[in-house]
Amino acid sequence: MAEKHDCSEALHELYHFLDGECTEDKRAAIQQHLEACPPCFEAFDFEAEIKAYVSSKCREKATDDLRARIADAIGHEPSS
Amino acid sequence: MADQATFSEQAMPLMDSLYGAAMRMTRNKSDAEDLVQETYLKAYRGFGGFTEGTNLKAWLYRILTNTYINIYRKKQRRPDETDLAEVEDLYLYRRLGGLEAATAGRSAEEELLDLFAESEVKDAMESLPENFRMAVLLADVEGFSYKEIAEILDIPIGTVMSRLHRGRKALQKQLYEFAVARGLATADVGS
Repeated sequence: MAEKHDCSEALHELYHFLDGECTEDKRAAIQQHLEACPPCFEAFDFEAEIKAYVSSKCREKATDDLRARIADAIGHEPSS
Repeated sequence: MADQATFSEQAMPLMDSLYGAAMRMTRNKSDAEDLVQETYLKAYRGFGGFTEGTNLKAWLYRILTNTYINIYRKKQRRPDETDLAEVEDLYLYRRLGGLEAATAGRSAEEELLDLFAESEVKDAMESLPENFRMAVLLADVEGFSYKEIAEILDIPIGTVMSRLHRGRKALQKQLYEFAVARGLATADVGS
């Protein structure tokens, strides 16, 4: 059974876990807790989705014009 | 040995990423393009000092953020030192997490797609105070590690973590406000 203490511990480490910044031991312990605790699993899942969603929505494409401008500017630099 | 061909081959494919960060930082196309161009020129001039095999992307981001700070902080009379109000943990989940259960068979991501326009996600990111925005962009959009972000921004890892933590919560709060403004969610009582 998942204990309340484990939940607050897991939630405290949520971002470290999602960012891949946990130690192996911590990662395994959290993983184990998530398998036993649906509410924590849902919260982690939601945060992971938000992170992926924000990442996918903040993309841009540099225009061909900018690429050409920069290539041209570098071309005019004395070679290093 | 750094030469023009090597530089172009390695650095040019990273331009979309750098331009994306520049757009979120400057909030407009023309400034973002100038910032990216300036970054590439500085990087090219300094490429001799770059150690091949180390992280070129992180090195370019460091030049980008330094260039941004030098140019745009000078334009402002005072640096942007705005702090953030405390926002509770799992802000958005506690308000929208139930959506999933309400419409079985659709993922949370699909629900979110319906809830926010792409421009709103960008606007929410751009609403964050500069130091928080940089940390969130580098971690969530560019996928840099805490250590890399600490090096790019020249701040301790503990500061990276706290800016990320608070910046992400503020981003969620802003997204929620957009959803409320469009009548898709209910405003908090008393906020």
